[in-house]
Amino acid sequence: MADAVRAYCLLAWTWTRALAQYPASLTMLTVSQLVVTGIDAIVILFIFEHTPTYAGFSLPEVMFLYGTSGVSFAIADATIGSVERLGRHIRAGTFDVILLRPASALVQVAADQFSPRRLGKLVQAAVVLGVALATMDVDWTVGRIAIVPVMILSGTFIFGALWVLGATYQFLAGEAAEVMNAATYGGNFVTQYPLNILGRDAIRALTWVIPLAFVNWLPALYILDQPDPLDLPAPVRFAAPLVALLLCVIAALVWRTGVRHYRSTGS
Amino acid sequence: MDTVIELTDVAKTFTRRRRQSRSLLRTRTTVHAVNGLSFTVGAGEVVGYLGPNGAGKSTTVKMLTGILVPSSGRIRVAGLEPIRQRTRLARQVGVVFGQRTTLWWDLPLRDSFQLIRHLYRIEPARYARNLDHMVDLLELGSLLDVPVRQLSLGQRMRGDLAAALLHDPAILYLDEPTIGLDVVSKAAIRQFLQDRNRDQGTTILLTTHDLGDVERLCDRVMVIDHGRLAFDGSLSELRALVPVPRVLVVDLAAAAPPMAGVQVVRVDGPRQWVEIPAGSSAAALTARLMAAYDVRDLSVEEPSIEDVVHRLYAGPPGRPDPADRATTPRTSGSAVPAR
Repeated sequence: MADAVRAYCLLAWTWTRALAQYPASLTMLTVSQLVVTGIDAIVILFIFEHTPTYAGFSLPEVMFLYGTSGVSFAIADATIGSVERLGRHIRAGTFDVILLRPASALVQVAADQFSPRRLGKLVQAAVVLGVALATMDVDWTVGRIAIVPVMILSGTFIFGALWVLGATYQFLAGEAAEVMNAATYGGNFVTQYPLNILGRDAIRALTWVIPLAFVNWLPALYILDQPDPLDLPAPVRFAAPLVALLLCVIAALVWRTGVRHYRSTGS
Repeated sequence: MDTVIELTDVAKTFTRRRRQSRSLLRTRTTVHAVNGLSFTVGAGEVVGYLGPNGAGKSTTVKMLTGILVPSSGRIRVAGLEPIRQRTRLARQVGVVFGQRTTLWWDLPLRDSFQLIRHLYRIEPARYARNLDHMVDLLELGSLLDVPVRQLSLGQRMRGDLAAALLHDPAILYLDEPTIGLDVVSKAAIRQFLQDRNRDQGTTILLTTHDLGDVERLCDRVMVIDHGRLAFDGSLSELRALVPVPRVLVVDLAAAAPPMAGVQVVRVDGPRQWVEIPAGSSAAALTARLMAAYDVRDLSVEEPSIEDVVHRLYAGPPGRPDPADRATTPRTSGSAVPAR
């Protein structure tokens, strides 16, 4: 594990340094990322122009959901999002080269072309989350405060695991990035707003099939003291770390199986 | 001599699904890329691993490095099992693919080398010494700050070779290391490999289409075809087993009918190709032709590896019976017994 972290940092640092040779380009990309995602956040304000509450949630509460989902997603995207390029590595034959090096293949794919620009999204989400935390009307007990970092971390791992699972699919079907986008980018989109705007079956699917409800929805119900549309037992609201762990284990096993079934390209 | 590479009855099959025209159904075909392959390579050997395209050469190297999982059989490299101990094995192995780089495409050569230093945990002193050595021998000094994508093929190949050897691997796999290179670069790389083998005892497994590579470097030649080992011995044994004559290319003053008294294999205007009989010298043949004809120019064509390998499968001319070659064990003390 320490080896993997070390290799990751090494590769990420090398790419960052390579990009830093073009500081203007890097700055502009980061700023544009920030602006584009900033516009995305302003949509929330438009919604609340017309209504004081949205699906039973106040403006700061919706911002809280948006911010937690966004921060988790941005960290996962920046650190492991590159795995979606696995198909390209396989086609170009660079995955062969990755397997020749004495480091985890997953780490190498995840750290490939690492760019700090992807952290632009993190800044935006963190600002929204900060505003939400400052303005939310919540009885901040120690438990509620402690849940916030736990849910962000769990959410990050859930998104990361979904990214890996989606990427692994490319071992079987060469070009399947879109399938994965539904779970990751789509997952980010769906968890930005209260899930109870969806039907109960959709919420069930997002709890038990693709466990995106654990990213922020279920822990947030506890923090915001909101009713659960599915009436699940109370402990489920605290299950996010367990779900994240389970999903990561599954992702790791599936990745391993994928690598064992890697067929390489003829050369 | 210690054994460093050991394959026992290794097979690799791929299943291909192909959609038939006008049908939505897909048919499955099983391809035996490698089929019952067994051989060993000792420490310090330089082995040429030859065979026609699609014979299973690359598949073998990919199984030896842990990229591909064998369908059956046992593989040990440096005492390790490639698939399960891939990263440990990687520290003892260097690989050069002629057709693609193992360097980071967008990074300068120096950064690629630095990454390799850290990934392979090369001690700073040893790294500095090895890098100096490589830069010197492979003339990389002016290239270190150039991104890999901007290097020419020959420059990139030298960079790749350095990258593959910075960590002092005990085993080096080379896949077409001189493909597309000019004569000078080829000679430099061959010399470099020869020195490496002599000074460090590096075991080298070389796939190539270039007979020059084999002649210059390899004490031993293995020929693989249809996923099986068809020959294992020295290059001279291979040549004795499958004599492919050299050819004298003669340019006459004017177009003429095939010259008399010699074996003309091809005529193209004033140019004629004449077989040099096995055991006789090019000089004697040249002298005879010069005396009898108005010869303007001469050159000798060496048989290519393809010619030799092709003949090994096609059988000697006049006996091109495929059933015959399938059942005839190519024995000569060195050829592999039929399985």
